[in-house]
Amino acid sequence: MINTLDQIFVLLKHWIVGLLPGSLGAFVGILLSVAAIVAVFPGLFALTTVLERKGLGRMQNRIGPNRTGPYGILQPVADGIKSLTKEDIVPVSADAAVHFLAPLVLVVVVFMGFSVLPMGRNMQLVDMDAGLLFFFAIGASTELSIFMAGWSSRNKYSLLGAMRAVAQMISYEVPLLMSSVAVVMITGSLSLVKIVEAQNQYTWGLPHWYIFTPWGCAAFVMFAIAATAETNRSPFDLPEGESELVAGYFTEYSGFKFALFFLGEYLGMFSMSGLGTTLFLGGWSAPLAVLNSVPSWIWFFSKVMLSICVLIWLRGTLPRLRQDQLMNFAWKFVLPMTLLNLFVAALWRFMGDGLLRWIVCSAILLGAYVVVGRTEMRRKQYGPRSYRYAE
Amino acid sequence: MTIVFWILAALTVAGGLAAVTLRNTVHCALAVTAAFAGLALLFLQLDAQFAGFAQILVYIGAVAILVVFAILLTRGSETAEHGVFSRTWLAGLVIAAAVFAVLGWAVLRSADTLSPEAAAPAVAVKDIGNALVTRYVLPLEIVALLLTAAMVGAVIVAMHEKGDTK
Amino acid sequence: MTPLAGYLLVAALVFAIGLAGALTRRNAILVLIGIELMLNAANLNLIAFWRYGAHPEALTGMMFAVFSIAVAAAEAAVGLGLVISIYRHLRTADLDKMNRMKG
Repeated sequence: MINTLDQIFVLLKHWIVGLLPGSLGAFVGILLSVAAIVAVFPGLFALTTVLERKGLGRMQNRIGPNRTGPYGILQPVADGIKSLTKEDIVPVSADAAVHFLAPLVLVVVVFMGFSVLPMGRNMQLVDMDAGLLFFFAIGASTELSIFMAGWSSRNKYSLLGAMRAVAQMISYEVPLLMSSVAVVMITGSLSLVKIVEAQNQYTWGLPHWYIFTPWGCAAFVMFAIAATAETNRSPFDLPEGESELVAGYFTEYSGFKFALFFLGEYLGMFSMSGLGTTLFLGGWSAPLAVLNSVPSWIWFFSKVMLSICVLIWLRGTLPRLRQDQLMNFAWKFVLPMTLLNLFVAALWRFMGDGLLRWIVCSAILLGAYVVVGRTEMRRKQYGPRSYRYAE
Repeated sequence: MTIVFWILAALTVAGGLAAVTLRNTVHCALAVTAAFAGLALLFLQLDAQFAGFAQILVYIGAVAILVVFAILLTRGSETAEHGVFSRTWLAGLVIAAAVFAVLGWAVLRSADTLSPEAAAPAVAVKDIGNALVTRYVLPLEIVALLLTAAMVGAVIVAMHEKGDTK
Repeated sequence: MTPLAGYLLVAALVFAIGLAGALTRRNAILVLIGIELMLNAANLNLIAFWRYGAHPEALTGMMFAVFSIAVAAAEAAVGLGLVISIYRHLRTADLDKMNRMKG
């Protein structure tokens, strides 16, 4: 019974495929998985927008949307209808073809990232041998669509926003990759399915998630920072800083194309959270051995939603960084720390079991963090903001 | 010769042609990205998963972005007043056509001797990793050195000189 | 036509297109794009020969292509850095106007 519930979607798919003849069945099977991904994540997106607006409202001492439906939960429906019925304006001087292609490329590319994420036991579209590499290759392609959007609009705010977004994404992609490489070193595989399976073990009822090791914890913190920057979320939302750039690279978009950009941004958040969950938080594995009877997909999606909530919380709490602070932080702090973490992960791999490796690895990481933090604070590189004109 | 191959080949060649013929420099950069994507998909078609993904990551994720940044930094998106082709374009075209003629002739001549179908080699990423740190460890180290040198060199070349007032 | 011949022909065509681009365009960045296309065509050849060659398990062609991708990335970074530096000096990226040895 428990097993059936865990595998219910897989069994459902096999049942439908079994009704059809051979080659058609395989095709329909792939189509069904794709349709599931394309249906589930925009649904989550609708849920998240209302959650974000309500949550942010509460943090800012407001009530948030409460007019459409009970407690405002029908707000995304109203938003959707609004954006579909709005006029689609293309600026006269814009490069029409590129302007049209940019949101399409973004959404298609972001959806492709979900194909390698294991969302439950046996629940992945493809188990690729180089799944992680595929994910990052696809993620790198989103930068170009952002550039296309900003450049084709022929608007200086759009172009500046796009340049900022691309520079930021390139800078933070390096630490993002480096922090994931530590996981690959320990697991010995680039396949996300194998990475989850390696974490799906328990000692005394406690899971072997990578976040519970010194190097994994450090890598997770770096990964979370880089992922927040990669998805252009606050406090790294300079590319669309409203007070500086109107809305950044999608200033000139309206109607459905704007909605596509909005969707792409949230889907990017989901895929990054999904990857972080898979790499460090054990993917679909249960947090305690006794909870293994709960279906695996429930765990995956609750972990993803939990990280989304943390992102919303961060957005409600932290002020936006300045461009130079952002770059300095990426290249002078996050990147060296991830490189050191690679070294620590190698040490962890070869020191064998025992208490010693815990002490040594934690000591190196903590020591480096304290030394780098202290010296950089003294040089006022990342110190508290100073306001030259606004005191 | 599957239909997928022909579609990908058409995409690659069309992207390449657009990249060398379009007037607007940014359009050229976007077209060459399409060609890079087509080549990456051709690599995947050849069962070279790792090389294909590396191609996407390096070319679309880094080289294409570098190119568009360079275009914007050199005001290359404004179309040139004297036309986009060099004075010696005819000679260049003849040389390129001659090179293609020779290459195509060689390929078609030897088409019979080329091996026909071969079973897809089962190469895991793990094998590539093992090969990189055993048999190919010296090239790997040299490439690492080269990349570091290139990075330092690129930064120094493109950096503003001290006392250089814009 | 065997599959290998098809891939080789596509590679030859892309190489010729890249060569034509490198030889006929005025803009230095587009010349670099042409060179990148030529390098890519060579990579396609290497991978095709690896796939249909005698010993695919030896990974020779694949490794060559991977290293070539890494070297091409370095080449693009240095090349574009040079273009930007020259642009700053001469206020042009037009190769026909870069005809002085004197700085």
